[in-house]
Amino acid sequence: MRVGDTVRYGFSNVSGSPVRAFLLLLAMSIGVASVVMLSTLGEAARLYVINQFSALGTHLLIVLPGRSETTGGAPPLLGAVPRDLILDDSNALLRGSSVSRVAPIVVGSAPISFRSLEREATIIGTTVDYGEIREIAISQGRFLPSADIKRGDAVCVIGETIRQELFGGERALGQSVRISSYRYRVIGILGDEGQSLGMEMGDAVFIPVASAQALFNTESLFRIMVQATQRETIPSAKEDVIRILRERHDGEDDVTVITQDAILGTFDRILKALTYTVVGIAAISLAVAGVLIMNVMLVSVSQRTSEIGLLKALGGSRRQILILFLSEAALLSVIGAVSGILISFAGVSALDGLFPTFPLTTPLWAYVSALIVAIVTGLVFGIMPARRAARLDPVDALMRH
Amino acid sequence: MIELDSIERVFQVGDEEVHALKHVTLTIDKGEYLSIMGPSGSGKSTLLNILGLLDRPTSGTYRLDGIDTTSMGDNEQADTRRHRIGFVFQSYHLVPRLTAAENVALPLMLSGMAPKERHVIVEQALDNVDLLDRAEHRPDQLSGGQRQRVAIARATIMQPTILLADEPTGNLDHISGESVIEVLEALNKQGIILIVVTHDMDIGERAARRIRMVDGSISKDVR
Ligand SMILES: Nc1ncnc2c1ncn2[C@@H]1O[C@H](COP(=O)(O)OP(=O)(O)OP(=O)(O)O)[C@@H](O)[C@H]1O
Ligand SMILES: [Mg+2]
Repeated sequence: MRVGDTVRYGFSNVSGSPVRAFLLLLAMSIGVASVVMLSTLGEAARLYVINQFSALGTHLLIVLPGRSETTGGAPPLLGAVPRDLILDDSNALLRGSSVSRVAPIVVGSAPISFRSLEREATIIGTTVDYGEIREIAISQGRFLPSADIKRGDAVCVIGETIRQELFGGERALGQSVRISSYRYRVIGILGDEGQSLGMEMGDAVFIPVASAQALFNTESLFRIMVQATQRETIPSAKEDVIRILRERHDGEDDVTVITQDAILGTFDRILKALTYTVVGIAAISLAVAGVLIMNVMLVSVSQRTSEIGLLKALGGSRRQILILFLSEAALLSVIGAVSGILISFAGVSALDGLFPTFPLTTPLWAYVSALIVAIVTGLVFGIMPARRAARLDPVDALMRH
Repeated sequence: MIELDSIERVFQVGDEEVHALKHVTLTIDKGEYLSIMGPSGSGKSTLLNILGLLDRPTSGTYRLDGIDTTSMGDNEQADTRRHRIGFVFQSYHLVPRLTAAENVALPLMLSGMAPKERHVIVEQALDNVDLLDRAEHRPDQLSGGQRQRVAIARATIMQPTILLADEPTGNLDHISGESVIEVLEALNKQGIILIVVTHDMDIGERAARRIRMVDGSISKDVR
């Protein structure tokens, strides 16, 4: 029998019972559409996080005080309290041959006020290098001055939200604001770059690190951001940092150095695993659709028993009848898969309209695997009914109506 | 030529054995016209099914043109059915969603013939049973007699040597039954072996050779 005839014959059966075919196709297409859409969402989440991390700056290392237990190694000595990171540590890191920039950071929260208006703000004490490392955009004025980092100039750079709330339409640049009990001159306004990894830049106020130390009355740094000279030197920059700080801390390894790549890799793995899990769960709906196919085909076999008997009387072999019924099952699942993919197109573009900043792209593997799984499901679950049809005794089959 | 030699067919029904055919020996020559009559349950359909290779005898041999059919595999039997045997059933057995032309084309389709080639042959076959104008009608748009003529066109489209008809007029009124029998007899005149199982005395008497079955055996064989 010719392929075209097989398909046409199967199609005439499918369209012969449109309601049943429709319900089956619905089940199949929901399964396929959910696989495709969930993998799209998972992939989008992954890309989103990676973009956010890349926005942190390039070839970045973060130095935290205290040894992270997850890195293994010898347990800390009893009573050995990790030493704080101080500005001298930060300066010393510049000696590292693979280190290009260093930005010490002190973070705290304090009220900022202008005339009678006051609000709470995130105060970030750092240096001019922070702006370079994180590629911070400035809409007016400039970022922190590149003076000696131990000098605490009374200047600040404020976020867009703070500018709006304290100054409204008034010119903010050059004005004097009060943070706690200190006065600072506004020298720059941050660009409206929105959120960066959960931190609202609009609410941020940057001041020189020494000023922040005075403001919060502390010597210790929250963390130090280190930029390697290039991507390839990130590992040697990490070694530099650890070596320099060990020397300064009496041979004690009491800091944790996180590389941007390591964070990225971890998130990448977590989100991929999450995507596969969710997609796997969605694939169960494909198995359900497969069971439906089996059910429909079994009903079809018992309804068309006399037709099968006839085909045998007309000289149809077992193999031909097996192929006829299998291709009918395959046809159902292919139509279901294709309409599922069409539904997912619509769904993805609808989501794209709702969340324009979310990077929605369906990975090719999602289409391919959904299609393959659908067809394989159709065939696997179609085998049993098709074999039943092929094995029918022709005399028995012809007698039944 | 058909040669049946002590064919037995035993059905197992629960603990009981039903002997549907008992030592049936029968030889049918090329181009013969047979009718098989007899009471209900006498084994007429069982015999026809065995002749048509739809059923296998429990014992005995069935030779078709000198070839032993009982040693054939399933595929070989299917092939023999396709090329040498045509069936006409009491209940027509047309596929309801296919048109008359598509129903007639089924054997050609199973044999893998291209749609274009099929078209000409199907038209000719429908013309032979006087139904060319009904080619695109579905079975439910045809009368009983017309349906049976479609079935005959289908049964003969592969130009078989044997045409088996199990009560072909059983569901038809007298006039359409008559026209169906005439079509079958015309085919017999062209050389096909025609075997008709019937309860209708008038139709049975028309055959050149009349077989009577009783209780699984041939009780009379009149030429
Ligand atoms: N599949 C079967 N299983 C069990 N017994 C069967 C089967 N087919 C036929 N028989 C029995 O074999 C005997 C002959 O049946 P068959 O159908 O050949 O009779 P028939 O002469 O065609 O009768 P009718 O004129 O009613 O069609 C009957 O007793 C019937 O009950
Ligand atoms: Mg019968």
